[in-house]
Amino acid sequence: MNPDPSLMVSSPEEREEARLLSALRAGEDSAYEELVRLHTGRLLAVARRFVRNPEDAQDVVQEAFISAFRSLDRFEGTAQLSTWLHRIVVNAALMRLRSRRRAPEESIEELLPKFLENGHAAELSREWGVSGEEAVQQAQTRHMVRQCIERLPESYRLVLILRDIEEMDTEEAAKLMGITANAVKIRLHRARQALRGLLDPHFREGGA
Amino acid sequence: MTCREFIEFLMQYLLGEVDREKFDAHLAVCSSCVNYLKTYQQTVKVSKAALADLDESLPKPPEELIRAILASRMKPR
Ligand SMILES: [Zn+2]
Repeated sequence: MNPDPSLMVSSPEEREEARLLSALRAGEDSAYEELVRLHTGRLLAVARRFVRNPEDAQDVVQEAFISAFRSLDRFEGTAQLSTWLHRIVVNAALMRLRSRRRAPEESIEELLPKFLENGHAAELSREWGVSGEEAVQQAQTRHMVRQCIERLPESYRLVLILRDIEEMDTEEAAKLMGITANAVKIRLHRARQALRGLLDPHFREGGA
Repeated sequence: MTCREFIEFLMQYLLGEVDREKFDAHLAVCSSCVNYLKTYQQTVKVSKAALADLDESLPKPPEELIRAILASRMKPR
């Protein structure tokens, strides 16, 4: 005899999720509405990490839900619904950016550190004041940091977001971007260097 | 080791993927690279902090969007 799967899970959240999932699979309208109302806000914020334009972010979330609805049968129930939806949104955002890729992107070279012929740094690096990590607690500084991230060429910005913010591993990010693991590593290191350079004038001691 | 080499392999150094000795020797004599290393690590933390909080970044999702999503379930393409 097969026990009801909803009885095999323990915590209240897990039971709640199992209930919602079986209602979704049964096609109950109210369950769909519950799912969409519960997750759309956070998923929009996830989409906005990748696509700048708010309308595009809405389209991404809508596309993501459409593909989620279609693949509900294949949802294993081993991950949480929220994690699963998050992943689908990241995918949808990357697909949209890929389909939109227009002009060849700007080079990252000019954002990287410069060196003299003998290999010494052309400009000595200075410490950042106490500001750095503490300053990010201020909304204004978070905004400034986001704007610096936006200035990175797209393929570097995406790798930085997948690796450092979404905290995906190299292999996973490589698969999503359709590039090699080695290319992910190179781009991540360059993206961090470029971002460090963009943040430097804001954070260095005695800086703005 | 030069600053150029130090910075080029900094990520591998932090991941413990290279022989640390030469890097440590460079750090012992180059305060600029000590600062670079610190601010590189701060960059990672700061970018995470700036984008991590999903709840602050958005107001309530628009009702039209929620309706559009629910409607799209009705008409499978
Ligand atoms: Zn150095």
